[in-house]
Amino acid sequence: MHSHTRKLLTVITEAALESTLVRDLDRLNAHGYTITDARGKGSRGVRDAGWEANSNIRIEIVCDAETATAIASYLREHYYDDYAMILFMSNIDVLRSEKF
Amino acid sequence: MIDPIILFFLLGAVAGLLRSELRLPAAVYEFVSIVLLLAIGLKGGVELAKQPFASLLPHMLAVIAMGFVLTLVAFPVLRYLGRFTRADAASIAAHYGSVSVGTFAVVVAYLGSRQIAFEEHMPLLLVMLEVPAILVGIVLARGLSRETRWKSVAHEVFLGKGIVLLLGGLLIGWAAGPEGLKPIEPLFFDLFKGFLAVFLLEMGLITAKQLGSLRLYGPFLIAFGIGMPLFSALVGVGLGWTLDLSVGGTAILATLAASASYIAVPAAMRISVPEANPTLSLSAALGITFPFNVLLGIPIYYGLAEWVHTFARG
Repeated sequence: MHSHTRKLLTVITEAALESTLVRDLDRLNAHGYTITDARGKGSRGVRDAGWEANSNIRIEIVCDAETATAIASYLREHYYDDYAMILFMSNIDVLRSEKF
Repeated sequence: MIDPIILFFLLGAVAGLLRSELRLPAAVYEFVSIVLLLAIGLKGGVELAKQPFASLLPHMLAVIAMGFVLTLVAFPVLRYLGRFTRADAASIAAHYGSVSVGTFAVVVAYLGSRQIAFEEHMPLLLVMLEVPAILVGIVLARGLSRETRWKSVAHEVFLGKGIVLLLGGLLIGWAAGPEGLKPIEPLFFDLFKGFLAVFLLEMGLITAKQLGSLRLYGPFLIAFGIGMPLFSALVGVGLGWTLDLSVGGTAILATLAASASYIAVPAAMRISVPEANPTLSLSAALGITFPFNVLLGIPIYYGLAEWVHTFARG
């Protein structure tokens, strides 16, 4: 079975940003993304999703390296200062390269 | 006798302070708040059908003006006495100029259990008071800058959960009338207090969590969290009296003025004024003002309303 290398970009941030981020991702050529609710603790304190203003989401995007870098730098520039946001990238193997 | 729903709030707060494992699933909290919002809307809608819209217009405009004024009063106090940054002061001011539906539900239950009548179009005024503070807050933080994306602000403000459900409930109640609502009454009206009790249990838990961060921000925020609602309640009582509302209606208007938003405004501010620290406004609104209003404020505001009305009658 032949597989292709792609990037998995994971963003963990405030739920309040969801609709804005989704718009950004579409504009930055992400072909798809998966959003899940998340909770945890970080430099901005415990965010345990007890209610809406205090909940986090995790967005996962599988894309090529170029798109991943573009998204990452856009997010860093626009949201890092004011929002609770972390972002990391990893290499993954996918089977259907045309999807990503 | 203390109202049992208040005891639920205290139970949540104590459980939270003792770090109990108790937590309501987010979906349950969401559901309960949806039911409460719809119930409040429906009830107002039924009554709205009975009065000509034109007679309500002066009340609506007066309440909108009150929303502007309260925010504009709070801002300089926070900026110059509290020495907050411009963004923080604007954001906190917007929270206090807007309303909390939870507090509204508690004052309705408070009056209900004492069988005190009030004007039934209060939910409409609740909706009116929610919005102006958000707009003022954004302008105070940003100025009238071209960068503000008013389209997304408007979307956030008018299509937020609270406004959609309240207005939707009002319209459904208005269209269906009392007879039409009979079949769904058991869920929305008969169970109202039960839902409110569960809601307040969760609010108690949330409040307890805010207290930790309050210690960081010191006495000014605590004083503001109690002083501002007392001042706003006076404005509310004055306006209620001027508009010739009943004692119950005046007490509700005072409570609306005194309450601080913790759902619609935080969401809008997070998007429009991201540099404002959300912890500041939320710990004030939820950690101090909400419990203060629920435990002490509402009886005080009712007492004020009663006093003004007896006094005015001579």
